[in-house]
Amino acid sequence: MREQPAAERVKNFTEVACGYSPDDALREAERCLLCPEQPCVAGCPVGIDIPGFIRKLGQKDFRGAYDVLTDTNLLPAICGRVCPQENQCEGVCIVGETLEPVAIGRLERWVGDQAIAEGWASIPYIEPAPYRIGIVGSGPAGVACAADMAKAGCDVTVYEAFHLPGGVLRYGIPDFRLPNEVIDAEIGRLEKLGVKFECNTLVGRLFTIEQMVDELGFHAVFVGTGAGYPTMLGIPGDSLNGVLSANELLTRCNLMRAKEFPDYDTPLPLGQRVAVVGAGNTAMDAMRVCKRLGAEKVYCIYRRSRTEAPARAEEVHHAEEEGIEFHWLTAPAAILDDGKGGVRGMRCIRMELGEPDASGRRRPVPVPGSEHDFETDLVVFAIGTNANPIMGQTSTLRLNKRGYIETDAELATSVAGVYAGGDIVTGAATVIEAMGAGRKAARSMKAYLGIRDSDQPYVIDGRGSGNRMFGIDPQERNFARIRIA
Amino acid sequence: MSNFEIVAREDFSDVTYLLEVRHPLMAKAARPGQFVIVMSHPHGERIPLTIADFDRAKGTITLVIQAVGKTTKEMQQSCVVGSSLYGVTGPMGIPSHIGKVKKVACVGGGLGVAPIFPHARAFKDNGAYVIGIVGFRTKELMFWEDKFRACCDQFIVCTDDGSAGIKGNVTAGIKKALRDHPDIDEFVAIGPPIMMKGCAEATRAHKIKTMVSLNPLMVDGTGMCGGCRVKIGGEVKFACVDGPDFDGHQVDFDDLMTRLRRFTEQERTAVERWSENCRMTNPLQTLKTRIPATTEEAEFPDPFDEVRGG
Repeated sequence: MREQPAAERVKNFTEVACGYSPDDALREAERCLLCPEQPCVAGCPVGIDIPGFIRKLGQKDFRGAYDVLTDTNLLPAICGRVCPQENQCEGVCIVGETLEPVAIGRLERWVGDQAIAEGWASIPYIEPAPYRIGIVGSGPAGVACAADMAKAGCDVTVYEAFHLPGGVLRYGIPDFRLPNEVIDAEIGRLEKLGVKFECNTLVGRLFTIEQMVDELGFHAVFVGTGAGYPTMLGIPGDSLNGVLSANELLTRCNLMRAKEFPDYDTPLPLGQRVAVVGAGNTAMDAMRVCKRLGAEKVYCIYRRSRTEAPARAEEVHHAEEEGIEFHWLTAPAAILDDGKGGVRGMRCIRMELGEPDASGRRRPVPVPGSEHDFETDLVVFAIGTNANPIMGQTSTLRLNKRGYIETDAELATSVAGVYAGGDIVTGAATVIEAMGAGRKAARSMKAYLGIRDSDQPYVIDGRGSGNRMFGIDPQERNFARIRIA
Repeated sequence: MSNFEIVAREDFSDVTYLLEVRHPLMAKAARPGQFVIVMSHPHGERIPLTIADFDRAKGTITLVIQAVGKTTKEMQQSCVVGSSLYGVTGPMGIPSHIGKVKKVACVGGGLGVAPIFPHARAFKDNGAYVIGIVGFRTKELMFWEDKFRACCDQFIVCTDDGSAGIKGNVTAGIKKALRDHPDIDEFVAIGPPIMMKGCAEATRAHKIKTMVSLNPLMVDGTGMCGGCRVKIGGEVKFACVDGPDFDGHQVDFDDLMTRLRRFTEQERTAVERWSENCRMTNPLQTLKTRIPATTEEAEFPDPFDEVRGG
């Protein structure tokens, strides 16, 4: 796939990967063996019928390919861009055993982009259901759940605390990876399905989850508020003015458009020498944003080695191309102040890899006497997040020890009719995993409300029960609706 | 929920103005000590403003704003009755704990005078003896005296020039209150950091519980960015979701004041650029707005000086 050359793209926020041409897409589609094992489908967290959409693509039935995709994934243009395909569908592709795996993500993106360009929207016939669904958070988990509930005929309202919908897709992922127009288009498609978005609404504080159920007339609620609350390292100097979380940097830049300051009012801390601590996707985004904002040097400081870095391979590769300096096996020990409240440098210590730890990755161990100083004027922490405390402060939802919402296997919380999914349940994960959780919660909500799940019609070998009659699973409570208050 | 109409406005001085915004749900939910994030237009920044009052019957919330930066100066011109704000989100933060205390002093300096009012009223409703202490630069800038007198058992006014009440800042008023009442159970102080620091220092020796409401820079106000982190007793807290109220004796005010200066340079650029643009495109409007008397005032004020403007 054509990409903007690194020297060019570090000067702009336009998308790095230019996408396939129709010929590219057809050629790539032909590489798929359409193998009967379909390991890719199992590798996808939402189980997209990957060979199905590639077959349609190969037949030049682009609209058909889009319909197959949107049967399971309403946001192909987004997932094609941000999913870590090498660990999912492409990682298990049979072609990949000998050659490069089929570029499933790029094909998905191409089909999604076609749909946006052509204005396609798969609006199925919707049987109205007399239920109102409240969704808290308009990130990937929330919109996936909203889409499924809207398709089931419910009246769906999505609440967002920010002034624009999209959650992490909007504030977290920079334009050069996921342009805002793509988010707008995908959200617009949900609106066509009848989903209502209410921004500027901080659920928990403006009204509580319990009020949604008891007073505002929602028959079921899904909570997908994300993890939030960034971790600071807790080393000397981390409250200096030149130190911030990647969340703050990215929110200022992406959502508030501080990169266009002063045409937009939000300011952004600018650094000439920026040190980003961490090596996940957020860290890569932060580094590449700083580079585009004009930083001379951008360092990646990570205490493990490249093998353990949690970022998508493509992101690390792109960052390297753009001239990010990687300092593997290096841990920050202190941030040095310039005497005026700002940052002068960072003291680091070298690490080496020891025995594997609980995560299965080799534990980094400090090398004694290896302290050394870096010159830097901006330090960005991208070392993960903790649970956002607002839900815990304002509702009776049961939380686990780490402050995340506790759910059962069906994503039901401790409050009847309230479901939760995404980062606020699992801790920080990926967009597609959050969408998977949103869809799973939607299935549980339909069962709870007694709506027959049109997503799985007439499947004889359905979940566990072989005695379906007329396509109706006896376990579906669609004859009497019982609410336990 | 996109129409946040301004239903009333009052100008207390050249730089201080009050906006009453229609938001029935927020009026219902708001508690003393909470704040909102306001965005005045789609290109605007998100600024935190303490809720100065709320009227559940009318379905409105009241904000008192001081025109110190680009956004607040621009809002001073654009926010007329009948216009709407682009975004108002809240009520944010943990509501203040209004305990069953016998005697409480509510201290407000500068902009803090407005948001301390709901505290004074709530303590009064809870049956406490309420001492109101407010500070202004001069008599002309005073506002809400009647509202305070209606809910305070004792009301102490301090002015920098002595034109009303005690001459001096609110610390003078705090000293008077401590002299008159040896049995004050709690202080609540809202205002510029230097004033809250002064209040915390004044009460520290007396070991009287002193709650302060912190006002760091924020972006989202929902705990997501960490821009508002403050040091409380050596621990890092986020003022937006862990506060904004903290024990004044534990707060590292120097850290807060340094962090408030994070974007001084960019703020100055924005104000300069904006005032140039206004002069070019809007000559009439500039004439209508009184130009500050001294050049000193026209410059971007230090956040600690806010108390003077009140």
